[in-house]
This record gives sequence, structure tokens and C-alpha cells, in this order.
Amino acid sequence: MFEQLFTVTAIVGIIHSGIRLATPYLFASLGEMFAQRSGVVNLGVEGIMLMGAFSGYYVVLITGNPWLGLLVALIVGALLGLLMAVISVTMQAEQGISGIGLTLFGVGLSSLLFKVLVGSPTGVSGFQPVEIPVLSSIPIIGDLFFDYEIPTYIAFLLVPISLYVLMRTTLGLKIRAVGQNPQAADSLGVSVPRVRYATVIFGGAMAGVAGASLSIGIIDIFQENMTNGMGFIAVALVYFGGWRPLGVLAGALLFSMVNSLQLWAQVLNLPISPDFAVMLPYILTIVVLALTARQIRQPAALTKPYERGD
Amino acid sequence: MTRRTWSLRLFEALLPIAAVLLAFAIGAVLLLALGENPLEAYWTLISGAFGSVAGLAATLTKMTPLILVGLGIVISFRGGVINIGGEGQLIIGALGATAFALAFSSWPGWLLLPLTLIMGALAGAFWGGIAGSLKAWLNVNEILSTVMLNSIALLLVNWLLRGPLLDPAQKAAGTNIPQTAAIPESTWLPRLIPRTQLHAGLLLALVLAVLVYFLLWRTTLGYRIRTVGLNPSAARYAGIPVPFYVALSLVLGGAFAGLAGAVEVMGLHHRMLEGLSGGYGFSGIVAALFGKLHPIGLIPASFFFGGLLVGADKMQRAIQVPSALITVINGMVVMFVVASDLYVRRAKRRYSAEAMSSIGESAAPPAAGDGTAAELVP
Repeated sequence: MFEQLFTVTAIVGIIHSGIRLATPYLFASLGEMFAQRSGVVNLGVEGIMLMGAFSGYYVVLITGNPWLGLLVALIVGALLGLLMAVISVTMQAEQGISGIGLTLFGVGLSSLLFKVLVGSPTGVSGFQPVEIPVLSSIPIIGDLFFDYEIPTYIAFLLVPISLYVLMRTTLGLKIRAVGQNPQAADSLGVSVPRVRYATVIFGGAMAGVAGASLSIGIIDIFQENMTNGMGFIAVALVYFGGWRPLGVLAGALLFSMVNSLQLWAQVLNLPISPDFAVMLPYILTIVVLALTARQIRQPAALTKPYERGD
Repeated sequence: MTRRTWSLRLFEALLPIAAVLLAFAIGAVLLLALGENPLEAYWTLISGAFGSVAGLAATLTKMTPLILVGLGIVISFRGGVINIGGEGQLIIGALGATAFALAFSSWPGWLLLPLTLIMGALAGAFWGGIAGSLKAWLNVNEILSTVMLNSIALLLVNWLLRGPLLDPAQKAAGTNIPQTAAIPESTWLPRLIPRTQLHAGLLLALVLAVLVYFLLWRTTLGYRIRTVGLNPSAARYAGIPVPFYVALSLVLGGAFAGLAGAVEVMGLHHRMLEGLSGGYGFSGIVAALFGKLHPIGLIPASFFFGGLLVGADKMQRAIQVPSALITVINGMVVMFVVASDLYVRRAKRRYSAEAMSSIGESAAPPAAGDGTAAELVP
């Protein structure tokens, strides 16, 4: 009864939409990874993604320019990241709860702005798929890897860039030091607050872009609460990926593939209840966290505010 | 108690109020920017919630699940566990209570009614216990697991309400509105004021708030939960089985949220339906934080935030200002309350340093806060 899944069209389709759906997870998780590597868990990703999704969408609705939409989503995300940094770094607040506050704020504000400024769901013309010349004409391979919207290409490029910055640059070393042993980093002249502000703001900006990659890249529409928990899965993916870019990539792909499979199961009318199919990624998150949580070493100063001794 | 400690306490109590005022002020600026009249919006909100008997009754009705969910949050947070799963635990509790009342509808009311409440609590406790066990023994971050379990609960209920639990009458009529059959009248909680929805669940919630106070501050169990929350390594050193109490905090948290679900079904809807949770899992967190994670402080906090929910509906209907405004304000209240905690810690440190030097010892400032949930504890 599952034979419809095993055709070339279906398999190519599942992988293709899986790669597309990995886009928001990659942006949000890689950004969050930098914040967590410096010792700050930002649980407001869900709220920031929604604000990014709305602001990107709204700009495209008004101006028709997806690049401008992406830029505004990035700025809005960075500003919300700044808010989180003030609360968690300067005010040294409990990060889990303040992140939930930020999420409520973003969920509420994006829905309020949508209702007041837009009203009813209206589609926009966001980023269009860009076929890479020559490469995209290769049979199957071309369809699989060279036919996506711009944000998807950027998201995947971000993986090696993150890896390089984190492991091969002074900045990356500072970030890791601040997350591992802030006292030692401080005594070597690294400003703990400055590094944490930078990573949390960057994480926020990426979460904003992640939201926009949905609303003006993948589905070209804004709906209230459209991320539906993706922000939290993105945070979980950082744990899943062991705070490493390649681990995050593997996690993001696993999730988006399960998601894509679930969507295709509905398209192909497979005898699976959609409720249970949609449930799969959430169950998978818990199982994966349960299997990996014990072995993986998280940054030693994760969730711990830093205060200089006198 | 010296005058100094009293002023410290007053300062602590005023901070959440300042947080709410600031959140409302920012909300007003937002409304102005959107071309709405903030005075009109807030007046409609406040008068809708507190300005009439009907409004007050509605506020007290919404206050009931907020207290119950909030009690679960208070216990979890005091135990050092950040339980974001109130939403899912509430839905599963409502589901358990409904299924039980429907399955044993022929039982006499005096037996069925309390058992239905207990089944709701047990179902919620089970759901909380999943996240609790995962954290206690497998070190799974409870914030992430409870958020995931919220979504799973929601999808599970969606499926049940369209399939196995769908009201046979709906099925027969072909309307298929996703809700269960009505539970037997013997399990309905009595109404307190005629022609309003206010039901006896409120009294249950108030009594339980007092009981939770005794549990946390007058029993060994409560002492241990709080010790584990304040300092897990000291608790371990004192021979307290920390994983057990971590799991227990979430089991109890789930039980109270589950009870909230059962009470919503038995007092208000008389059946399980979609959207039953109404975001109480999150507003319960806001109320619990505003009440300084104290079961008695939770009561006025729930009254206030219950009122905001009622007033927001009114505001949306009367002057078309979206009720999402309240979610924005709630989010800001949470952020401001948690952030303002820094001033409480500093004031306390100054106070203890002064107390130390006044008895002639060298002032040894306590170690810097590590920002765990225990830091929120007054």
C-alpha cells in the first residue's frame, strides 16, 4: 500500500521538498548555535521567527521586493535578539523563562500587526526558484540540488561558513571560550558581555531570516502562528547537533525529510492519519534528545549569566 | 522582622506591578502607532473585565483554570523545573476526565464526580511525568520536551475528536463538529451564580491554593522539592534523591494542569472540544510569575490576568482591537518580571552585606546568582 512512495518522481519530490523545508531550520538553528556556544539559550526563536515572517511578508506585500523583505526581517530579528541580550546578559535573567516571554511577545505582536495592517491572508510573490545554469539540466541531480529559492542556497552556504568562523577564526575561539569558561576568557581580556551580545543579536537576525524564508520563500503567505513550533524544534536541533554546524545540518535535514515525507504521504493519499504524520517530528525530537542528551557535552556555561567578581 | 526586611519585601512586591504598568505603557505606544486609541482600548478592557457582574463572573470563571495551572507551574518552578507543558497537560487532563465520565456514565454521581476530577489530574500527571522522567533520568531538557509534548497532545486530541471520541449525535447528523458527547449531568460542577458560567471549580481552586502552600512550606515533601530547586548539589549531598523529586515536580505540575482541564470540562463545556485549553498553559506561567511563585500570591495574579483575558475578548468585539494585544502584554510582563529580578538579588545582597557588617563580621557577599529558576524564588 506504500508502493506510490517508491517511484522516481515521489523520491525526487520528497528529497527536493525536504531540502527546501530545511531552510528555516538551518537559519534559525545555526544562529541559535552561536548564541548557545557563547552560553546563552535563546528560547525566543519561535517569536522572532514569527516577527521575521510577518515583517518580511509585509514589506514584500507593500514593495514587491523580496530582498528588501529579507533585509527588514533580518533587522527586526536582530532588534529582538538585542532585546533578549539585554534581558539575559545585562539583566542576567533566567533564560528559559525570558525566552518564553519573548516568544509570547512575538506570537502576539505578529498576529496583532497582521490583523491591523493586513487583515485577511493574501499571497505575495516572494523569491522564485533559481535554476543554476547547466547544472540544473542534469537529469534527477539537477532537479534535486539546483532548483531552489535563493534563501535555501544561502542557508546551506551558511553551514561551511559557520564551521569556519566557529573553529578557525579568533572570533570563533572567543565565542567558544566565553561559553566554556567565561572567567578565564574575561581574564584574558575578552569581553564576555560583548561576545554574548554579538552572538545573541546574530542568532536573532538569523531567526528573523528563518521566518522570512518561510513567508516569502517557501510558502509566500503569512498566517498567524504559521511557524507552529518550528522555532522550538530549531532550538532542540542545536542540542541534537551537539553544538556543531555539521550536526545541526544533519538534524535539520532529518527533520525536514520527515516533514516532507509526511506532506507527500498526504498528497499520495497514503493510509496514515495526517494528525499522526504531523506528530512524527515532535516525537522524533523527544526520542533523539533522550538518546543523545547523556553523552553530549554542552558548553559549560550554558544558561549561566556571567557577573564579574569584585 | 526589621523595617529593613519589610522595605525589601515591599520593593519585591512592587516590581511585578511596575512590570505590568511598563508593559501597558508600551502597549499604548504600540496602539497609538497603529492608529488606535489606547485609552478607549484599555477602558473597554478594564470595564469589560471588572465593570459589571457579568464581567466579574466571567473573570472569576477564567481565573479558575489560571489558578490550577499556575499551582502546577509554582510547584514545578520551585522544584527547579521549567514546565512549559501546561497546555498539553491541561488538554490531556480534560481528555482523561471526559473519557472516564463517558465510559462510566451509569455510576452514581457522588462517586463519578470526584473520580472524574481525579482521572483528569492523573492523566495530566502522566503527561507531565513523561517530561519529568526524561529530565530526571535521561537529562532531556524539560523546556524542549514539554513544548513538543504540547504539540503531540494537541494533535492526539484532534485525531480523537474526529475519530473514536466524536459525538455519535454529530456523526449521525453528519455535521461532524469535532467534539465529544456531553458528559453525564451528575458530573457537572454546580453553578455559583445563576445565569453566569461561574462554577464551583473556583472554590476547589482556592482551597487547593492554600493546600499547596502547606505542601510546599509545611511538609517534608515540599521542603525537599524546594531544596532540589534551590540547590540540587546541596540536596544530593543531604541525601535527597534528586531525580525522583525532579520527576515529581513535573508529575505534580501536570496533575494540577490536568485538573484544570477536568474542571473546564465539568464546570464549563460539559464535553471535550477543540481549543479548550485557550492558552491557559502559557497565561498560567504569567500569573505564577506575577504572583512571585507563591500559591497565595497566585490568587490575585490569576484574578488580574483572568480579567485581562475577558477584557481582551470584549475589546476585540466592541472596538475591533485584536485580543492578541494581551499576548503581547503578557510576553512583556514575563520578560520584565524575570529581568527585574536582578534588582531584588542586588537589594538582598546589599541587605545581607549590611547585616553582616553590623554584627561585626567581614561582609562576605554571596556568590553571584547563576540564574536558575531558583533565582526567582523570593
